[in-house]
Amino acid sequence: MEARKLQVAYGEKIAVKDVDLVLPEKQVTALIGPSGCGKSTFLRALNRMNDLIPGASMKGEVLLDGESVVDGRLDAVELRRRVGMVFQKSNPFPKSIFENVAYGLRVAGLNDRTLLLERVIRSLQGAALWEEVKDRLQENALGLSGGQQQRLCIARALAVQPEVLLMDEPASALDPLATAKIEDLIHELKARYTIAIVTHNMQQAARVSDTTAFFYMGELVEVGSTEQIFTNPREPRTEDYVTGKFG
Amino acid sequence: MIKTHIDKSYEAELHALRERLLEMGGLVEAAIAGSVRAIVERDAAMAEQVIRKDKLVNRLEVDIDGACRRILALRQPAASDLRFITTSLKIVTDLERMGDLAVNIARRAVDLAQTPALRPLHDLGRLAALSEAALAKALDAFVTADPVKAEEVLEADDHLDALYLKVFNELLTTMMEDPRAIRRATSLMFSAKHLERFGDHATNVAEMVIFMVRGTDVRHAKNKD
Ligand SMILES: Nc1ncnc2c1ncn2[C@@H]1O[C@H](COP(=O)(O)OP(=O)(O)O)[C@@H](O)[C@H]1O
Ligand SMILES: [Mg+2]
Repeated sequence: MEARKLQVAYGEKIAVKDVDLVLPEKQVTALIGPSGCGKSTFLRALNRMNDLIPGASMKGEVLLDGESVVDGRLDAVELRRRVGMVFQKSNPFPKSIFENVAYGLRVAGLNDRTLLLERVIRSLQGAALWEEVKDRLQENALGLSGGQQQRLCIARALAVQPEVLLMDEPASALDPLATAKIEDLIHELKARYTIAIVTHNMQQAARVSDTTAFFYMGELVEVGSTEQIFTNPREPRTEDYVTGKFG
Repeated sequence: MIKTHIDKSYEAELHALRERLLEMGGLVEAAIAGSVRAIVERDAAMAEQVIRKDKLVNRLEVDIDGACRRILALRQPAASDLRFITTSLKIVTDLERMGDLAVNIARRAVDLAQTPALRPLHDLGRLAALSEAALAKALDAFVTADPVKAEEVLEADDHLDALYLKVFNELLTTMMEDPRAIRRATSLMFSAKHLERFGDHATNVAEMVIFMVRGTDVRHAKNKD
């Protein structure tokens, strides 16, 4: 997945400027930068979630498997199936664990009970949640812990068999143990999915990602291998950010 | 504009670490100068003082090691901070070894002070001055984060090696001419060898400074071509 000269504005205000960024296939790309620098806006542009925000506009190109997702040929629902998203606040529906994961499949018209169950199990396994919930699939999802809810949301995203997973601060509301589980899961998921993750936790970016992109005031300042960004960044602004300095 | 860390206590920890490394470097510089002067001036008391003061160097090594480990564990330094900490961890080992070399020379000085003087020792003094200058410059490069200065240390090491060879050959000749001088000449030869090693450690420090500033490893460059 790739953005070319991507620009996003809310009304007059430009939130993302001229960003060129490739998310390498089956790798994890971390987006870092201070609050308000446009990370979430950039992520939402990739599956056109910004279309849902009144006043938001977008210029430039976003490509999925080399094909434009902005020229209108690919419809937004199909795009969001192929490019799934997980948010900071886990947002399960007040329904059963089973129905939460099956939701996207039902929307896509799958109603066969056996097929649904099969896909729900596989998604829960993929999200490393199956062992914890297999005996209570019919219980309300809101009874799960925060970390479990977040993995449920990942399972929900996986159910529709996406190619890309976008995660916006997926662990920022979780305790260290639940965070470690999410990070471990990300390591496993990258064998099958292309992943972009926004995080404010630098150590987390360093731990889970292969590539790191540093955003500052709507611009992509520097992108490089995560090791390079954290040991020897080229740009002074990146250096200041990762070392916690100001001028 | 000087960039400082937003977290002032972190800034203070890094500052204190740098100060302690410099303090240790200063002690080692004084030790090498004192040990050779003790030989040249036949001053056993000065040599004893060098030997005693090495305890301070050893204590600083332990302190600095601990400070680096604490910062790694609690601050998770990145980029230039990370390179500064890992460089400090290595420099401290070289400095400690350099202190030991000065002690070895001081022990010879105690010995030599009890035997008749051998010959004028200008070259040994010059060798000491070169090694001491190499360390001073390497430490200066470290505090000012100046890779050009560090490169000068690498270049100067060739002079040091050449002078060591000259001293070695002269002492060899002395021994051949007068077997009664063998014991004393051997002591001087060891001291010269220690000074040459001291210069090598200063070179190590300089190489690490280059890595710290530029993020590129210049060690073992000679092996590659
Ligand atoms: N829905 C919105 N309407 C108007 N402005 C927004 C909206 N969302 C974000 N912004 C603005 O766009 C900029 C980038 O925000 P965002 O993408 O959320 O940054 P980040 O995720 O890096 O914290 C900020 O200045 C923010 O105020
Ligand atoms: Mg955000």
